[in-house]
Formats: sequence, C-alpha cells, structure tokens
Amino acid sequence: MDYNAIFRVALKALARNKLRTVLTMLGIIIGVGAMICTVAIGEGASNQVQQQIASLGDDLVWIVAGSVNMHGVHMGAQATKTLTVEDAQAMMQIPFIKAVSPGVGTSGQAVYQGQNWASPVMGIGPSYFDIRKWPVAQGIPFSQQDVDTAANVCILGRTVIQNLFVEGQNPIGKTIRINNMPFRVLGVLQRKGLTPWGQDQDNIIMAPYTTVQKKLAGISWINNIMCSAISTKAIPAAEQQIEALLRQRHRLRPDEDDDFMIRSPIDIANAQAQSGRILTLLLASIASVSLLVGGIGIMNIMLVSVTERTREIGVRMAVGATEDDVQMQFLSEAVVLSLLGGAAGVVIGVFGSMVVSRMLHWPTLVPPEAIAIAVAFSAGVGVFFGYYPARKAARLDPIEALRYE
Amino acid sequence: MLREVLQSEPEIGVANGRAKVTPVIQVENLHRIYDLGEVQVHALRSVTMTVYSGEFVAIMGASGSGKTTLMNVLGCLDRATRGRYVLDGQDVSKLSKNELARIRNSKIGFVFQGFNLLPRTSALENVELPLIYSGVSHSERTKRAREALRSVGLEGRGEHHPAQLSGGQQQRVAIARALVTNPSLVVADEPTGNLDSRTSVEIMEILQRLNAERNITILLVTHEPDIARYAKRVVTFRDGKIRRDGMVEDRLDASRVLFDLPAIDEEEAEAG
Repeated sequence: MDYNAIFRVALKALARNKLRTVLTMLGIIIGVGAMICTVAIGEGASNQVQQQIASLGDDLVWIVAGSVNMHGVHMGAQATKTLTVEDAQAMMQIPFIKAVSPGVGTSGQAVYQGQNWASPVMGIGPSYFDIRKWPVAQGIPFSQQDVDTAANVCILGRTVIQNLFVEGQNPIGKTIRINNMPFRVLGVLQRKGLTPWGQDQDNIIMAPYTTVQKKLAGISWINNIMCSAISTKAIPAAEQQIEALLRQRHRLRPDEDDDFMIRSPIDIANAQAQSGRILTLLLASIASVSLLVGGIGIMNIMLVSVTERTREIGVRMAVGATEDDVQMQFLSEAVVLSLLGGAAGVVIGVFGSMVVSRMLHWPTLVPPEAIAIAVAFSAGVGVFFGYYPARKAARLDPIEALRYE
Repeated sequence: MLREVLQSEPEIGVANGRAKVTPVIQVENLHRIYDLGEVQVHALRSVTMTVYSGEFVAIMGASGSGKTTLMNVLGCLDRATRGRYVLDGQDVSKLSKNELARIRNSKIGFVFQGFNLLPRTSALENVELPLIYSGVSHSERTKRAREALRSVGLEGRGEHHPAQLSGGQQQRVAIARALVTNPSLVVADEPTGNLDSRTSVEIMEILQRLNAERNITILLVTHEPDIARYAKRVVTFRDGKIRRDGMVEDRLDASRVLFDLPAIDEEEAEAG
C-alpha cells in the first residue's frame, strides 16, 4: 500500500467529520501555539539582553568601593575610603587587564552664559572612553597630561549640551563654570540613550579624576575602577586576580570580607539571560502539558473512530488488508490530525507573538528551530497517542468486524 | 437495459462446456471447533469436498448448520481447527493471519448480504479498494475498477456514493469489487437476502453470466431453496456435516426468469 494512498485515505476520513477533526486538533493547536508564543517572548527578551551586553562592552570589569563593617554596622556600597588611585595603577600589572580607569563621582551645577544645569560629574582617566566603548563624537578626549596636572577641562554629554547651549552653537573650546570653577569644554560624547531602567546616560559631565578629586569632591580616595579584560573569556581570571591584588593591597585578613565589589556586566547579563531561559523553559513545559492533553484527545477520538468504523475495518480486511495496512491507516490518520494541528498551532503562535510585540511592545523572536521542534513534537504526539487505537483496529477479527452493527 | 443484455447473450448455458476441471477447493476432514471455555462447539465435523474451477455451488442449511463457518474457512477469514484446505493448489490451512489476508486479496472475492460498501465513498473507489492492498498503481486501479463496473452494468455510475444507489445497484458494486482482482473464487454470502425478488433475480443473472462467460467459480451461501436453484450444484449442511451433495436438476436460468417477470417500470405504470 503506497504512502500517497495512505495519506489521501487519512485526509478523506478526517474531512468526513470536519467539526470533530477541528475540535480534536484544538488541544494540539493551543499547545503548539502557546509553546511558540512563550519561546518567542523568551528569545526576544534574551536577545535584548544580548544587545545590552554588546552596548556595555563585553570585556568590562567594574570594581566598586564596597561596604564595610564598622563595629557591626554595615555601611552601604561605596562607603569605604580604601579604594585609591594607586590600586588602579597597580591593577595595570595584571596580565589579563588591558586598560584601567579610576572613577570618582560627584555632582555639580554647570553654568554657561544665562543657562544653568545640574548634572552628575564623573572623574575618569583617558582610557575610560575606550573601556566603555563610548567615544567622544566631537572635539577630543582629555590626555594623561590633563590628568597629571588636574586641568580644568571637561567632556559633556548631549543632554548637558542641550541645556547649556543654544541650538547650533559650537560648545568646543567654550568655558563653562562648574560649581563656580571655570572648565574648558574639550569634546562632546556620542549619544548613548537611556539605560534599560530609564536613566539618561547623556546627562553627564566628565573630567579628569584628579580634577574632580581635588577641586570638586575634595576627597583623596576614588569610588570605582573601570577596566577592560583582554577578552570576555579572561573576565573570570581577571576578577580573581583583581580580588587577590586588592585584598593584599588593603591588607585584609583571610577572615575579613572584601571592602570592594567586583562586577562584570556580562556576568549580570548572562545571569539574567540564564534566568530568562529557565523561565521560558518552565512556561514552555507548562504549554506542553496542553500538547499532552491534546494527544489524549486524539487518542480518545481515534478510539471512538475505530469503534464506529469496525465494519469498514472488517471490509478492508476481507478484501485483503493486512494488520499492518489497517494499523498504518489509523496511525497515519492520528499523525495527520496532530500534524495539521501542529501546523495550525505554529501559524497561531507566530501570529500571537506578533500581536504580543505589537500590543505590549515586548520584543519577540521566533527561532526557526522552535517551529521544527513543535512540528516534530506534534507528529510524535500523533504516533504515541495514535498507536494504541491503531493497534486495536489492526487486532480486530475480520469475521467479528463484518458482523458488527 | 437488462433485456438487451439478455437478448445479446442468449446461450448462457453453452459456456459451461469450457470449464476446466482443475480443483479450486479441496477440503479434507475439516473440523472447526469453537472453544467457549466451558463448552466446545463443534461447528464443522469432518467435512470433505472438492469444488472444481467453473463450478457454481450453493451451500444450504438452516442457521447453526455450519454453513457460515464453512464459508468463513473457505473464504480464508477463519482457520479450521483440524483438516486440510487446499485453495487453488496452495495449502492454506496453516497460514498466518497476514498470509491469509494476502490470499483473500489475490484469490477470493466476497459478496455480502449487507453489501458492505464503504459509506460516503464513490462506487469506483469502493471497487478499487482490494487493488489498493495489492499495490496496483492509481491509473491501473481506476482502469480495472471501471472495467469491473462495466461488467456488472454500472458504467457511468462510478462517481455515485452507495447512498445514491438502489440496493440492487449497491450489490452490483459489491460484485464488481469482488471481481476486480480476478479471483479464483467468489464467495457470496446470502447476496440476495436484503433484496426484493426481482432484484434478487437480477443479481443471480449477473452471477450466472460471470460463471458462464468468465468461468468464475462461485460459492453461494443461502437458505432459500429458490435461490439455490440458480446454482449448478447444491451442498446441504446439517449439524456441521454434509447431508446432501448433488447437481441441480431443474436449474433456473435467471435471464429467462427475468424475461418472464414484468419490468419494474411496467409495474409502476400499472400501479399509477
């Protein structure tokens, strides 16, 4: 019996009772549709995280002055004064680190002609722009010499430019006042946009860390150190070496906690992506329960169908259908049923994920392999749940089947 | 239309001379015992008979006489408990279920009392059904099914579904289905049981013609003596044993009987 004929017989049998066929497929349709939808939402989210990693710099390691335990009282992050410029300089010795920039944060009131604007002020080293992959778009960055001399120079973010200068005015070379001190504007940063949590990254003034330490913040320590590892893979090794180095430099006993924190955005992002993936997997497996229920529905209807068509089976056996022929016929009916359901589910899943991204503005992404898996899975459901009814049909005795009323 | 058929084929009986004398059915000491747990029912007791190619045998008997059991065994739907059954030169008494299915497909055609056509399936597809299981190509299937339908006088009705056909026409589709594989043996189980008397004669006319013209061996199971008289030989069963086995002396020629019966449209004209 050729497969073409088998397929056509199965389609015809299913077409005979369209409403029943559609209702039976519904479980598979919903299951596959829900699976495609959850995977699309999950993949979309993790894709977005990947893009954020790329924008942060995939080799970034970030050391923040840590909390300290003073007589049992925990201070918050950046409460210690132990992180120093010398620490940053010592880190340059670590082979896995290729660039280091000390960081000092404060805030200032910037004034230019009649305009004024409050903005965070960051004191940084000249390599910061490379480390953050955040170039100076207009003008030039400051140099090591500017750092050494604690020069009154600054680089401005786009938001600061918009608020201090008139449209079309060239800010390069102009002198603005920050906390009543004159600073010459060397350059303008490339637009960075909002962080995922909505903070305006372009509202920033950058100056040499020495200048900010001495003239604006009045401190001798630093708040953070930004570094670039030589590659993404080198980050864990670099982190270990940084920890060892800083513990040694800060003379911490083995029983003392670190007085600094090492962060790498890629770790955080990876952890985020990982937990997202687990959530996706969880949701997809819940959706697959619907596939299971759909499969049981198929089995149920196939059993009814075998009973209803006992006489037909008897006739087919009388004219020469073997057990395998009969089994194949009912099995292919179940598989066609579940495959059609799977195909409809894919269409609905893809459409549903489009609706989700349109209505809720969530990023969605339907991976082609998810479609392949869904189709294969629904075929598997058909075989698994169609087997028993088909076996039952094939085992019928032709004489009994022909006599069945 | 049937009148034309009968006028163009006036000498049905003459074809009998062409019958070759090779045995189609050889049965020796056949027993069929149903084991119902506590009781054993002896449905066939030591049946021995031979049917030659081209024979038209009516098997008669009351219900419970064993004639249906014999038909199931001879039709390879069932296996004898003991004894030998050689069909068309092949010993089929020890074959497996699947092998029996292949034998049914290639050597046996069935005609049932209840027609047993697939519902909501065209006459043509119904006739094609056995060929699907013998692996015949689609175009060849259609060709042979159309031929078979023509031989029972149903050309042009191939696209009709069973529900659109009369009982007699449905039975003719079933006969075409039995013939389409060119079987060695046609087993007809009460083929006229659900039909009125005129249609019954029409069916017997087709069977007689196929037997005479194409030398097809026919086994007709019936409990009606009138119907058995269209066969050439009658085997009567009682209690699982052959009681009588002889040639039909006053054999009926269905085409003559039909000729003498008033046509249906005339009956309707009289009634109206």
